[in-house]
Amino acid sequence: MAGILIYSEKDKLALELLTAGRLIAKDTGLTVNALVLNNDAQAAGLAGKGAEVYKVNDEAILIADTAAVATALQQAMGKLDASVVLLSSNRRGKELAGRLAQKISAGSLSDVSGLQVSGGKIQCSRNALGGATIATQQIDTEKAVIALAARSFEAASEQDGGEVKQLAMDSVPSAIKVIETKSKAGDVVDIQAAEVLVVVGQGVEKDYVATAEKIAKTLGGEIACSKPIATDKKWLPEDRIVGLSGKKCKPQLAIVLGISGQVQFTVGIRDASVIVAVNNDENAYMLQLADYAMVADANEVLTELNKALG
Amino acid sequence: MNIVVAMKQIPDLQQVRIRNRQPVFDGVPYTLGLIDKNALEAGLQIKEATGNNLIVVSVGNEEVEETIKEALAAGADEAYLVLDDDLADLESSQSAALLAALIKKIDDIGIIIFGEGSGDNYSGQVGPRVAEILNMAEVGSASKIELTGTTAQITKSLEDADELLEVQLPAVVTVLGDINEPRIASVTQILKAGKKPKEIFEVDDLDIKVPGKSISTISNLAPENDRKRIAVKSVDELVAKLQAEGFVGR
Repeated sequence: MAGILIYSEKDKLALELLTAGRLIAKDTGLTVNALVLNNDAQAAGLAGKGAEVYKVNDEAILIADTAAVATALQQAMGKLDASVVLLSSNRRGKELAGRLAQKISAGSLSDVSGLQVSGGKIQCSRNALGGATIATQQIDTEKAVIALAARSFEAASEQDGGEVKQLAMDSVPSAIKVIETKSKAGDVVDIQAAEVLVVVGQGVEKDYVATAEKIAKTLGGEIACSKPIATDKKWLPEDRIVGLSGKKCKPQLAIVLGISGQVQFTVGIRDASVIVAVNNDENAYMLQLADYAMVADANEVLTELNKALG
Repeated sequence: MNIVVAMKQIPDLQQVRIRNRQPVFDGVPYTLGLIDKNALEAGLQIKEATGNNLIVVSVGNEEVEETIKEALAAGADEAYLVLDDDLADLESSQSAALLAALIKKIDDIGIIIFGEGSGDNYSGQVGPRVAEILNMAEVGSASKIELTGTTAQITKSLEDADELLEVQLPAVVTVLGDINEPRIASVTQILKAGKKPKEIFEVDDLDIKVPGKSISTISNLAPENDRKRIAVKSVDELVAKLQAEGFVGR
């Protein structure tokens, strides 16, 4: 029987894929193999969690070249008899999903946030219509490429029985040259990891952003924002954006201030355990999506809340 | 050299209503995807820097001919379209097959630009799929594009790093929504857009068989809203609620 092949260039995401792969394997009887390209540490990490790892060491395979990585995956699928490929739905992974799917004539779904097996088919849930709806879809082609959104599955835990084998590849040419790589150092904060988020939107004035940040720190969390605050006003960096074109977060608590609640935003925060919304417009949709809804000026609430939490 | 920009007609999502958890499309007008407008702007900037011709390509129902005027008004020189009222609800693999076949009708291509994802589905697959069909190199998540003769230097912006890549032309590039600020067409430009050349094809004019669907949709519903929706009147009350939930003084 054919199997499942997992691949992500990111170590942590690869461990999440391992969990998802095992979930599918349990209900389908498929076997799970992991492919690792030019990353010995990732291979060892996956093996430590019990994975059957096939490691390729070939510097000619350029991770920056989607076409090259897709070719490598296609070869690995053939060698390991895989029919389902699980990828991470980060920027590289989504791009790879499309290229690989076309190469192997497969249907593909990206940004998948949930999986279940029904009647031998893998059903995937993902946001549709810009996040207004959640679609449950399945791939009907013989081969399938599924890209999973980060944090949709826990990273795999320790398990025995893992091993690392070398896999040889035919040469994979590349049409792309890497001139320079710069890591986005400095203030890279992972708002997806924060347990508490204070999220500011256009109803918050510039002078009060610092107050919101202070409240976030007091509550042990981070400040985040809607898209216009980062891209138009540039009051906060873009890695703080919550929403469809930013990050999808699942904090324990989200305090959402001065945001009307368009779906492009709410898709990034609706999985929070508890939502507080503050808006001076009683018709703001965000208030309906809240556990605690307050019709008030966001700036005044920030000032008072900061004093009260002192 | 031709600059090709691919754009998708989508329902104006701001106007889609949800009734009984079902999306309602009645009377919702069509528009172009938001990030597609960034792709067009990126193409226009290359056109202005190099003096090349910009062709916008799209596939869809007959309405596309009207929807695409916005791109012609913004500065595209001409449009290549595949129009067919049977071309509704295309999935990524089908759009890619049609677009690739359409693009093959264009000579002397330098660069093909897509948005990183459509406004409605956001799967981000069509650009890489078209690149595969046309056997071209592809760079995604572009935050900067510079053409230098027969190559392009592209900054690919990942979650944690920026890569400066060099690729031989022709190539496919997909751009991020923050690569630029799309221009807004003037009234004069909008009036002139209707007169710009359009090459319109039917599916039969293309040398392909459109692939069947590879995805089936089992359900598509708005998420259930099970929030408590408790009205809070004052900050003191809010603090009390946060305390009760265990978020204050942990």
